[in-house]
Amino acid sequence: MSVYPYVVAGVLFLAGLYGVVSSRNYIHAAVCLTVMQSGTYVALIALGAVSGGQAPITKGAQPGKPMADPVVQALTLTDVVVSVVALALMLALAQQSRRRGGTLDPDELARVRG
Amino acid sequence: MIDVVQIVVLTFVALLGVAVVACRDTLRQVMVNGMFGLSLVVLFTVFEAPDVAISMAVVSNVAYPMLLLATIYRTRGRGADERERE
Amino acid sequence: MSRRRLRLLLFVPVAAVLAGVLMWGLVGLPSFGSPPHAYAAYLLKHEVGQRHVTNIPSAIVFDYRGWDTLGEELILFTSVMGTALLLRRGREDTGERPRDKAASAAVRHAGAFLVPVVLLLGIWTVSYGYLTPGGGFQGGLICSGAALFLWIAGSYRLHRGLTPTPLVDAAEGSGAAAYIATGLAALAAGQAFLAGFLPSGTVGSLLSGGTIALLNWATGLEVAAAGVLIFHEFLEEYIQTVPNPSPRQEER
Repeated sequence: MSVYPYVVAGVLFLAGLYGVVSSRNYIHAAVCLTVMQSGTYVALIALGAVSGGQAPITKGAQPGKPMADPVVQALTLTDVVVSVVALALMLALAQQSRRRGGTLDPDELARVRG
Repeated sequence: MIDVVQIVVLTFVALLGVAVVACRDTLRQVMVNGMFGLSLVVLFTVFEAPDVAISMAVVSNVAYPMLLLATIYRTRGRGADERERE
Repeated sequence: MSRRRLRLLLFVPVAAVLAGVLMWGLVGLPSFGSPPHAYAAYLLKHEVGQRHVTNIPSAIVFDYRGWDTLGEELILFTSVMGTALLLRRGREDTGERPRDKAASAAVRHAGAFLVPVVLLLGIWTVSYGYLTPGGGFQGGLICSGAALFLWIAGSYRLHRGLTPTPLVDAAEGSGAAAYIATGLAALAAGQAFLAGFLPSGTVGSLLSGGTIALLNWATGLEVAAAGVLIFHEFLEEYIQTVPNPSPRQEER
């Protein structure tokens, strides 16, 4: 059972990948990409968690209890916020695709471009 | 060792993540994605990462829906307009 | 259709191989719940003594891995710039701001109450970011949420009026610039780029952390401005969907 968190992370990553590959709508594909990203968050955070541990914050911490890995948490928390602007950029591209190509479907857009 | 709460939350996250991908209607996907984000918030909390949980809470329930809804209405409304004009 | 089918057919073997490799790699990770590796163990043991900051992830984000965070900030900066460029170009700016007002009195009053509360929560999250969970990244985003509330509870005019684009543009740029300036100030003080050159202060007080506090605030400013800018662009797109925007009822 100790590999279960990693399996969940893998499932999220692959599900998101399938969504991106099979998507017929750029908005749907962008959200699927965030699901893929969430897979990496789950993998990192699960890697950092300690059984019977506590958050790596020394203010108000209980002495003697082990603390979770703060490095992976630091990596994840910046990426979570940056993912917002990444999604915004993808959605802006989707809006441009709609405006110029008249479609949100990747395949149709490929046909428009020739 | 992994405890029961963590197993339950992980299962929720996996199911909701697959549900987000399976949801082909973007408007409904926004709702499911919000729930998925909320499940991730709980996951990060039980995995001893409150900083990440705060990030995820703001991101998945304020920023994502707003950006997605604005884009969905923009692209849909535009489509309807064009169809009327033609 | 054939193109899509071909892609899905190709996806099956590729995904199978990827799934195999991924699972093999993930299963080879240290088993769940095992104690942190050497780097993390070192930081957990010595961080408070070295940097006097009680929220260890914040100390890592803004000090030990400050260089990575600079990269993340620049990703943020360029993404926002890309979004603004993509959306501003080819948009006919009528200059006319719609007079939409929130129709329901409950939304207006609850919203008017929530705007300062959310803003305060954001500023609080930033300012205590190096003591308790929080920090510039999260707090900045909460602050930009407060700007969104101005539109939800008030009107689009109010939202744009209180967050003028030149000001927000300037805030975003100066947030990023302040981060780099703090790094350069460390160079000027004779230390490495982004090294903590200010006194670390008392553990657990708002004056602790030295440069961590400065970088935290710079990041908060940049993320808040980035959020507001992105919301501006997307709301502008949304507003333009309806030629005479009264999606919500006019006030009587």
